[in-house]
Amino acid sequence: MPERINPQILRAGFRVLGVAVRTEPLMFGLSVAASAVYGVTTVASAWVLGRVTQEVILPAFDSGDAEAGALAAGAAAILGVAVFKALGVAGRRFFAGLMQYNLQAEYRRAVTRQYLRLPLSWHHRHPTGQLLSNASADVEAVWAPIAPLPMAVGVVFMLVIAAVAMLLVDLPLAAVGFLIFPAVFGLNVVYQRLLGPRAALAQQLKAEVSEVAHESFEGGLVVKTLGREDAETERFAERAHRLRDANIAVGRIRGLFDPMLEALPGLGVLAVLWVGSIRLDAGAIESGDLVQVCYLFTLLAWPIRALGWVLAELPRSVVGWERVRAVLDADGSLPFGTSTLDSNEAASVEVGNLRFGYEAGEVLSDVSFTVRPGSTVAIVGPTGSGKSTLTSLLVRLVDPAGGTVLLDGVDVRELGPGAVSGAAALVPQETFLFDDSVRGNVVLGSPVPDEEVWAALRLAQADGFVAALPEGLDTRIGERGTTLSGGQRQRLALARALARRPRLLVLDDSTSSVDPQVEARILHGLRETAASVVVVAYRKATISLADEVVYLDRGRVQDVGTHRELLDRSDGYRDLVNAYDDEIAIEEDVTA
Amino acid sequence: MTATTLSETAMKEGAVATLRRGLRLTPEFRRGIGVTLLLAALATAGRIVVPIAVQQTLDHGLRSGGRGPDLAFVRNAVLACAAAVVVTFLAGYVMNVRLYRTSETGLAALRVKAFRHVHDLSMLTQSGERRGALVSRVTGDVDQISQFMQWGGLMIIISLGQVVVATALMLVYSWQLALIVWVSFVPMAFGLRIFQRKISAAYLVVRERMGDLLSAVSESVVGASVIKAYGAEHRIAERVDTAVDRGRAAQARAQALVATTFPLSEVVAALATALVVIVGVLLGVGGNLTAGELVAFMFLVTLFVGPMQAATEMLNEAQNAVAGWRRVLGVLDTDPDVADPGEEGVTLPRGPISVRFDDVSFAYPAGPPVLRGVSAEIPARRRVAVVGETGSGKTTFAKLLTRLMDPVEGRILVDGVPLADVRFSSLRERIVIVPQDGFLFDATLGDNIRYGRPGASDEEILAALAELGLTDWLEGLPRGLETPVGQRGESLSAGERQLAALARAYMADPDLLVLDEATSAVDPATEVRIQRALDSATRGRTAVAIAHRLSTAEAADEVVVFDKGEIVQRGPHERLVEEEGVYKALYASWAAQKAL
Repeated sequence: MPERINPQILRAGFRVLGVAVRTEPLMFGLSVAASAVYGVTTVASAWVLGRVTQEVILPAFDSGDAEAGALAAGAAAILGVAVFKALGVAGRRFFAGLMQYNLQAEYRRAVTRQYLRLPLSWHHRHPTGQLLSNASADVEAVWAPIAPLPMAVGVVFMLVIAAVAMLLVDLPLAAVGFLIFPAVFGLNVVYQRLLGPRAALAQQLKAEVSEVAHESFEGGLVVKTLGREDAETERFAERAHRLRDANIAVGRIRGLFDPMLEALPGLGVLAVLWVGSIRLDAGAIESGDLVQVCYLFTLLAWPIRALGWVLAELPRSVVGWERVRAVLDADGSLPFGTSTLDSNEAASVEVGNLRFGYEAGEVLSDVSFTVRPGSTVAIVGPTGSGKSTLTSLLVRLVDPAGGTVLLDGVDVRELGPGAVSGAAALVPQETFLFDDSVRGNVVLGSPVPDEEVWAALRLAQADGFVAALPEGLDTRIGERGTTLSGGQRQRLALARALARRPRLLVLDDSTSSVDPQVEARILHGLRETAASVVVVAYRKATISLADEVVYLDRGRVQDVGTHRELLDRSDGYRDLVNAYDDEIAIEEDVTA
Repeated sequence: MTATTLSETAMKEGAVATLRRGLRLTPEFRRGIGVTLLLAALATAGRIVVPIAVQQTLDHGLRSGGRGPDLAFVRNAVLACAAAVVVTFLAGYVMNVRLYRTSETGLAALRVKAFRHVHDLSMLTQSGERRGALVSRVTGDVDQISQFMQWGGLMIIISLGQVVVATALMLVYSWQLALIVWVSFVPMAFGLRIFQRKISAAYLVVRERMGDLLSAVSESVVGASVIKAYGAEHRIAERVDTAVDRGRAAQARAQALVATTFPLSEVVAALATALVVIVGVLLGVGGNLTAGELVAFMFLVTLFVGPMQAATEMLNEAQNAVAGWRRVLGVLDTDPDVADPGEEGVTLPRGPISVRFDDVSFAYPAGPPVLRGVSAEIPARRRVAVVGETGSGKTTFAKLLTRLMDPVEGRILVDGVPLADVRFSSLRERIVIVPQDGFLFDATLGDNIRYGRPGASDEEILAALAELGLTDWLEGLPRGLETPVGQRGESLSAGERQLAALARAYMADPDLLVLDEATSAVDPATEVRIQRALDSATRGRTAVAIAHRLSTAEAADEVVVFDKGEIVQRGPHERLVEEEGVYKALYASWAAQKAL
């Protein structure tokens, strides 16, 4: 939670700003230059008005005669200064924006590159929501102070010039300024310090209100069928009321400080008038000087607050920076070897004494089996027996804690980048489709001709429904495209694997939503391809097609043999697959 | 699925009508609004104190008849003005706090009201709307109004007030100069409208591109295993790069528009000032204006700049707020199509329930009929299995039975009382459905099961789990009832979620239990045990089970077979399996798979 501004956060914040300036020196330079123009012209505009008052207005009123030349010159000066000021403002805003967007873009790119580089085991340790907000909200927070930064630098510049200008006019008058402006600045710092934590709390409660609503509506059926609307409304109201209180607390601070920051420069002008008339009486200054200083006070009241804005964003920026850095500094990519695989034949797999564990305990212990080239091996076991973990080890999405996986006799860890994915294809349990066309989803960027895409779709029994889609291979699917049924999605995912002509195909229960007859056709078709197949299976029909079955329970291989053999000799296996009988759902995809 | 959607009345009416209706619905907003506006007037009046002070000092203090400054006058004027500044500060403070308090109180009430209303809408309406959209009705949309109240609304009050008091003072000094200032700023106001539209359009593009960017990034996270398994990193990286570049280009364009628009008002202000000086001097020479008044005008012009610069943003905020209001009203305007008869409804006495379907038909709006003339009677205590292919109308039957939807034709009676006449409190207590998707709340397992019977003790929950034969499962969980289930219950497997949902419904102790494929994802071995446990647990109650596996049908008292929205067969399993018909075919295909 971003908290108050303290020296530590300030130091860390300035380090982040330093990174920004070093990364985007040109944009920073341009925006600060523009901001300096803005600073100078702001002070100059007060000076011009002072001079116009002194040299044009007062003489004209005193003499009762307007001198056209002086009048035109005065008006031109007012306009000219304003034009430069406007250019300064525009330049400052534009370049500051570009600087901010460039930084955001660069860090989003870098964070995503890390996601693509880091191994799956790293992904598993970090919740999806967190990774998404690292790349979006956090990157945004890091560079939030960049937008007001050039303005703040310009304001510092402006204050120095203003101080000089006031000193040139009169020391006592300048003294009023030296009292008022630090006061405005100090007040603003106090303001931001008080506001920061309250605003953060309100922000957090806003998210909580949203979470409760989301969860409650999502569970709407449960709420309704158990008649819990009142209790849910109470739960929501509790959050909503806390949010209300938090917003009111924010309002109290804003409501106090905004008018105060408004009033302070006003009091400053009044003080200037009072001191100024005494100095005027003493003959130390002219009326025009007085007008100049008053006007300067009016103009400076607002920009001076920009310093506070940067400070206000710093705590959030620092927190965001730490989170983004954590991603960027994460290491632990899977190191690659240099070996290659040259065969075009079905692959052989040898799994030897494989061990794997998560923090909660060992998932796989001492797992050994072999897959002969061209054979189909079924992996069977109850939920939680480590089947999915085993499949990710086979295609080296993760590395084991011990033991080896040999692909064509070579340890997968010794293979060069791309070698494993070039030979083996895993179809994971949960189908993931990209927001892309059917073709894009199947080829995933590889140059695969359409005939081969269709061939893969045919093998996956997906050619029929794809042909029926409005735009065939070009039909957009995924989040914003055509909705497909679970079985159709699974068949596309399978086609994606087949299009790569893998020599080893690993199916992690990846046809569970496909109707059994269609599944049988798919499996028959697979036997025709030049691939060894490892399939995690539940259905007896699927299992009985395998040449060999590996029966896994609690992370250990209990038995290996044909389906018949295991039925005969293993009680556990028999119980398991017979219970699976009931799994055969009569209405599954029958009409598909 | 087609379904009814939210009311669109609010989308069609004008902004003023929307606001008027919105304010009627939330009387909290209007409380003490008169005093608040009075304070606002006082607070903005303070903005002209400084110009007046400058004018007075110049005209009367410094130039009183050319004798040099009248220091006593200046002192008094300065003190009086300082007092005025302090008073306006206080007025501003009190106004702000009042405004925040009333608006936030009103908005919280609106939020809760809309939330409750969403829950009152039928499943049909709820499923017709994207859930995210419903959530944003009570969050984002209300936040938008809140933001307007906190910033935009305040700014409008202050800005308008500022322009009004500045104009009033200008008119006191010189109507000619006031006219000049207005004429300078008016074209600007129109010009800003045009820029504003361009800026809005540019930001719309930015938002779209950012959405694309987010989805590209999310693919790299959510699809990590596929990307890595297929070595597709380069392709995804390219997609992200394209999205990043397109996003940045859109941002730069929008920023360029804002950067050019924003400082325009500076130039216009300078133009106004220059004109004021020229015309002012000419007027002054003619004796119609004092020097102090002219200088005061230069200060007054600056009071126009702020409102002008903020005007576009204020308009935007106001439009957003009205749009937010409309969407919230869209929820509140939608009448629940499955309404609770409330106080006037019937409260059913406890005890086994009998059900009668009388020629019931159902179709989704603009959809084909899903159920056609279904008549059936389920006597109390009977356990019925409903079977049929996907799309045969089984689930619709269950939803009508639990009044999650109302039939289009025909009627449903429970214990002889029309279902629509039964109070929800009674209905929900007595008839409970266990849906296929075992949704769990982000809490502990125990809390989720307790959802079925608030206030139940851990012992009661443990007893219920034991009755369902789930003790082994519970003991296998690392922290037992204290196990956190995660968002939507995702820390548990799909099967485990269904077990928890089943236990939750069982805790509610209903007289009619409806199971909609409630154990489809459960480990088959476990399901066999649950099936047995349910047999004893539902003894003495009426139970309707939409069967996922035909073993359920074998165990039921009676089987009801649905086909294409009609009941085609009913009777005990032993008889139906002999009869020619749908059931026999279903059973044969099931048995064939089993024999492998």
